[in-house]
Amino acid sequence: MSCSRMEKKILGYVDGRLKESERLEVEKHLAACAACRLRVNEFRAVSGLLDELPMIEPSAAFDLRVHARVAAEPVKQSWWAWFPAPRVAIAAAMLVVATVWVGTRSKNNQQQIAQDDVTVLENYDVLSNFEPLTELPPPVQADDGGQQQSPQM
Amino acid sequence: MLDVKAGDEQSFTLLLHRYRSPLVNFLYRMVRNREQAEDLAQEVFLRVYRAREDYVPSAKFTTWLFRIATNLALNSVRDTRYQRMEISLDAPVTVDAEDGEEKTLDVAEKHPNIEQHLVEETRKKMIRHAIEKLPEKQRAAVLLHKYQELDYGEIAKILQCSESALKSLLFRAYETLRVELAPLVAQGK
Repeated sequence: MSCSRMEKKILGYVDGRLKESERLEVEKHLAACAACRLRVNEFRAVSGLLDELPMIEPSAAFDLRVHARVAAEPVKQSWWAWFPAPRVAIAAAMLVVATVWVGTRSKNNQQQIAQDDVTVLENYDVLSNFEPLTELPPPVQADDGGQQQSPQM
Repeated sequence: MLDVKAGDEQSFTLLLHRYRSPLVNFLYRMVRNREQAEDLAQEVFLRVYRAREDYVPSAKFTTWLFRIATNLALNSVRDTRYQRMEISLDAPVTVDAEDGEEKTLDVAEKHPNIEQHLVEETRKKMIRHAIEKLPEKQRAAVLLHKYQELDYGEIAKILQCSESALKSLLFRAYETLRVELAPLVAQGK
């Protein structure tokens, strides 16, 4: 192993984080390289110095502040919340279906009436000048108390 | 975290108790200001809470947690970098108390062995300043490696780099610390 390759292994070696095979490889290099041995010792010393810094404790109000900030968060509603209760949803769905059905039906009726009207209009000229119709006897009125009315032309 | 995701508020409190101290210490060593560190730590927990419903356990929880914390710390350090350079030379002589407050020297009453106390304080101050002088990313790497004892893979994910790049980053950081702390390193030999 070269000194440059040691750069990526040295800290792991100091911390004892190397695999067994890597550790043996590093130790083999260290046995032959005084510069890397010195560096290992100095890195160990640095690591020991970093241990000297004491930990601090969060302030007593820390938890309270976190909980207060969490409590102040707006309540996030999922998109499911927009859906009504099942009973209301079923009623609403039935209402929609009924409305669509009624609407479709009345539309069909209107179309049928419109088609009948068109047929009458198309034949209007023929019907208005149809002479045989004028020659027909007046319509027979239903007998209502024996009185007979003459047809008004 | 999965319990928190399921809406268990008690589990959030457990997370808070478990991670508040490591987080506050990490952030304090990143930003060197206790109040700011606690504000940032609160922000981390708030973000965890906000993201609970979208949490997917694809990585370790600590990796996710410290990634949020590191990003917040790096942004904070960059934002305040120039403000922190404006240190008044006329300020009274102080020591950096580990409770995070700058206290004027009043050791005579509390510490009978003033000389020993001053030596210890000077030593800690040198160590703190050496860490503080590291570039932000190197500092974060050292803190996560040394104090949180995260493995290389986790730290690499937090810092969004390869493991190989992380090892180089840590090597450079320790080289800098070795030089900065040379007087103390020499004492330890």
